[in-house]
Amino acid sequence: MKFGVLQFPGSCDEVDALEAARRVGDAELLWHGERDLKGADAIIVPGGFSYGDYLRAGAIARFSPVMEAVIEFVRDGGLVLGICNGFQVLCEAHLLPGALLPNEHLRFTFRQVELEVVNSDSAFTRAIGSDRSGEGDGARTSEPTLLSIPAKHSWGRYHADESTLDELERGGQVVLRYAPGENFNGSLRDIAGVQNAAGNVFGLMPHPEHAVEELTGSTDGLRIFESMRLTVEGTRA
Amino acid sequence: MRARVLIRPKAGILDPQGIAVERALPALGFAGVANVHVGRLVELDVEDEAQLQPMCEKLLANPLVEEYEVQLLDGTTR
Repeated sequence: MKFGVLQFPGSCDEVDALEAARRVGDAELLWHGERDLKGADAIIVPGGFSYGDYLRAGAIARFSPVMEAVIEFVRDGGLVLGICNGFQVLCEAHLLPGALLPNEHLRFTFRQVELEVVNSDSAFTRAIGSDRSGEGDGARTSEPTLLSIPAKHSWGRYHADESTLDELERGGQVVLRYAPGENFNGSLRDIAGVQNAAGNVFGLMPHPEHAVEELTGSTDGLRIFESMRLTVEGTRA
Repeated sequence: MRARVLIRPKAGILDPQGIAVERALPALGFAGVANVHVGRLVELDVEDEAQLQPMCEKLLANPLVEEYEVQLLDGTTR
């Protein structure tokens, strides 16, 4: 399968996303000014500071030509992953509910975070399994599966109104939560990652593409890319 | 027409910038300050003032989390 990784002026994590995607499939960069997704089976909207974060993070990138193609791709059921600034862009484009606001403490923060997998049946989490929660025999335990992934941002406080939050929780759209004590940005209900109602668009503030190599402490992020590969290949079969 | 758009966090949404400023003022000796909110200001010349509201809805503000106020610099507010 092939991943398309968007590149905006001001993106800075597109190369790590490209390298992470290449561990599970083919991947190619897609420049923001183009409308052609070049046959990609899944799209990654990477982290960084698209258009300098002018006005609001993600506000201007949303109107780039490539995003028109992405919106159409989503409508046709295509898989889209938004990481950090990519999550902000997807919210601004109304492909995901809610908004990202400045961190509660107003500081840019870069740290490893523990995340609870709330929905392990999603198109983006199905390869995660439950091995880190202990027994590894597939039995459902009360212990949630945890992922250890770095986060680095100053605009990561997830916000949506109460009724939207209730709806997200009911519909399994809250995919990842910060584990107790890990919610450093003040996100409502500890939400770290959400998907749309159709389940084909997922955004998260932490960076799975920076957690794909033992050398840097964790390979947990790789399982999100692996999940996407399984989903794409499953729908194709 | 010269216009000014004032954008602020919606009431009820945590505004950490406002809180930080509110806490800093008493430290400088300014007492009796409350309800500080920090927003953004956009000034622009427009030919068609009817476009200002859709501009705010679509780009200048995020209506999910921000409210906006358009002032026409002939002194009126809309």
